[in-house]
Amino acid sequence: MSAEAATAGEVQTIVAARLLADARSCFIGVGRPSTAAILARAIVNPELVLVYESGTIGAKPYKIPLSIGDGELAATADFVVPVVEMFNYWIQPGRIDVAFLGAAQVDRQGSLNSTVIGDYDAPKTRLPGAGGAPEIATGCDRVMVVAPHSKRTFVERLDFLTTRAAPEAVITDLGVLEPDPRDGELTLTRLHPGVTVEAAREATGWALRVAEDLRHTDPPTEDELSALRELVAR
Amino acid sequence: MAEIVELRDAVAELVHDGDAVAMEGFTHLIPFAAGHEVIRQGRRELELIRMTPDLLYDQLLGMGCARRLVFSYGGNPGVGSLHRFRDAIEHGWPVPVEIEEHSHAGMANRYAAGAAHLPFGILRGYTGTDLVNHTNVKFVTCPFTGEELAAVPALRPDVAIVHAQEADRRGNVQLWGIPGVQKEAVLSAERALVTVERIVDELEPRPGGIVIPGWVIDAVAVAPRGASPSYAHDLTERDNDFYKAWDTISRDREDFTRWMDEHVLDATGVTA
Repeated sequence: MSAEAATAGEVQTIVAARLLADARSCFIGVGRPSTAAILARAIVNPELVLVYESGTIGAKPYKIPLSIGDGELAATADFVVPVVEMFNYWIQPGRIDVAFLGAAQVDRQGSLNSTVIGDYDAPKTRLPGAGGAPEIATGCDRVMVVAPHSKRTFVERLDFLTTRAAPEAVITDLGVLEPDPRDGELTLTRLHPGVTVEAAREATGWALRVAEDLRHTDPPTEDELSALRELVAR
Repeated sequence: MAEIVELRDAVAELVHDGDAVAMEGFTHLIPFAAGHEVIRQGRRELELIRMTPDLLYDQLLGMGCARRLVFSYGGNPGVGSLHRFRDAIEHGWPVPVEIEEHSHAGMANRYAAGAAHLPFGILRGYTGTDLVNHTNVKFVTCPFTGEELAAVPALRPDVAIVHAQEADRRGNVQLWGIPGVQKEAVLSAERALVTVERIVDELEPRPGGIVIPGWVIDAVAVAPRGASPSYAHDLTERDNDFYKAWDTISRDREDFTRWMDEHVLDATGVTA
């Protein structure tokens, strides 16, 4: 083990990055999904094409960008396209393999809310809104969601259905949820090292199903952890 | 052919109370200098259209310039909430704001339809979402295949405002880097104002460069650093520290108002 053990957030990012090992291209939002996708190029898939909705295709950022339109993304991209072209020529026809999305709320089918908490017309918290997510989720073959595991996020009922997604994996800071092949309900299939089933159940807003062959994720290797820490420190 | 004029005069002539105004620039080339001039001239009752409201529309909303907002993503990218946007929608401060929200793909196709002078744009989208019940989208059947597709109404703003790296003396404009929907915004609008970092004798072709001819633009105004704290690719850097600082500046109504007084209302030209 390294001097400092991996945090739950670091494990989440590394597990998400590993899932991109065989992807050709990945569409990424800001935040932890972005860190995971950039890390994937460093540890498992150097040829991975990073796509940002600002129009940068094949970006190779050295640092983690703050926004999806930072100058470095355009400067290092294979090419840069207008927004209309991005959605109509690249996303809608399914030319981007994988989408990495975040959300404020996730339901048991994997649909997402990024619009509002509370009533739409009298919101408790107004969130940013849809952005590119609805069409990215339907346009990309594979959708993965990266979200913090808590009852606030994993809810029985969405306050607003922004994005109808059927993610093949939801990577949280506690484990990985995957759809039950029988009915698509998100089911706990993997736990990160040191996490208990009870903790995952406690942090989920519905009665969480647990897979019969529940496994633990492999702990981060020294190389993975140092690559992530180096990337974040840049 | 576009006239090259002072920014103040261009805004006075082209932007009127009650107009539908689209200030575009997708993270890059956001026309802050022009937006600040709109605030200084005290425009009211605007219908503000923009895919990503960003800090600029947070400021316009907080200063009470708008009665309506049309958008697809109202966040401070990578930082969090837009507090003035939230206060306007959640509490009607300083004035109530009606909203119409879409997805990015929906907004992009609305601009493209507007630029083409078509009545609507079509896409595969919105299906199965709650957006269908809260925004202006309808479904049409493809006359050739029978596929059901989403139809979104064309955007036809009264005025479009965009920022670019440079213009020549005849008002032909070139921008490069992330091109966003600026070309579509200009071509969809009744009137267009472009601010530029600099005037050059001749536009030098750039990889990925987009040229907008002066004859579809009403006015070009020089506004050096006119996209700050956004940026102009190759010429200025995005001020990420300011985007983070805005989270604190804008959180409280009084702090926000004081900042706007000092940095926008009291300023005469381009602000930092």
